[in-house]
Amino acid sequence: MYKKILVFLFLCQAFCMRLLAQGDTSAANKPVEMADKFRADGKIYVVVAVVVVILLGIFVYVARLDRKITRFEKEIK
Amino acid sequence: MLRQKWWKIVCVILLLYTAVAGFLGSVPAEPILNETIRNLYFHVAMWMAMMITLTVSVIYSVKYLRTNKHVYDIYALEYAKTGILFGILGVVTGSVWARWTWGSFWSNDPKQLGATIALLIYLAYLVLRNSMTDLDKRARIGAVYNIFAFAMLFPTIWIIPRMVDSLHPGGMGNSFNIEMDPRLREVFYPGAIPGWTLLGVWITTLRIRLQLVAERRHN
Repeated sequence: MYKKILVFLFLCQAFCMRLLAQGDTSAANKPVEMADKFRADGKIYVVVAVVVVILLGIFVYVARLDRKITRFEKEIK
Repeated sequence: MLRQKWWKIVCVILLLYTAVAGFLGSVPAEPILNETIRNLYFHVAMWMAMMITLTVSVIYSVKYLRTNKHVYDIYALEYAKTGILFGILGVVTGSVWARWTWGSFWSNDPKQLGATIALLIYLAYLVLRNSMTDLDKRARIGAVYNIFAFAMLFPTIWIIPRMVDSLHPGGMGNSFNIEMDPRLREVFYPGAIPGWTLLGVWITTLRIRLQLVAERRHN
């Protein structure tokens, strides 16, 4: 019972501290620059496409290597 | 297990999810970091994958010492090599990230230094093994050193950097904790960590199988 109360109080203070932290930084609150223009231009999709192509390239390479080794293992048996 | 396909397909799906959600998903807007916070799914995931891979390696080292079975030594070595690869990628990606957020590639930050020291210790493991020609001795002494190298990960990467002033989140004088945001959590934990780790396992098991097949052919 006491453990539950302690956990509840801990969560309350953790939540409160988060709110206080917001208050402290709001004095220096300038909007943080994000890549919104990139997204609006659709350029973010280029980034995604590049990374996906690289990943697919790696997967194809590893999968072919996997198949080659499997064949080799069967041969040796 | 090594030859099964299902976990490899899971790996592909998770990494594609990480890449797509990683760039298109919404993230908290933090000063200094801006969009680079997305590096969580790549740079930080490298370290998590390294820890998991090196843990597997040391477990096989212990198994080798207990049973003297040669396969365990092969497993331990190959997992350690993959762990080192993840570590190197972690330091390099971290330096690139640092260039744009902290101002330079290298700041002698305690975590940068600690991680590099930990990697050097593991590289010494590879050198140590190759310095011995007797295979049993190589495996046994290698296994003992592996345990030491693994133990050294904790003070160098996890403990000391958190006890001193550091630019990295978690260091003293740094209240920033980017892990809390649920938007980051939902790509990092189900996607990035298992995805990169499984890729490491896939590559490692390929090397293990290659080694086993080469040895069988030799005998």
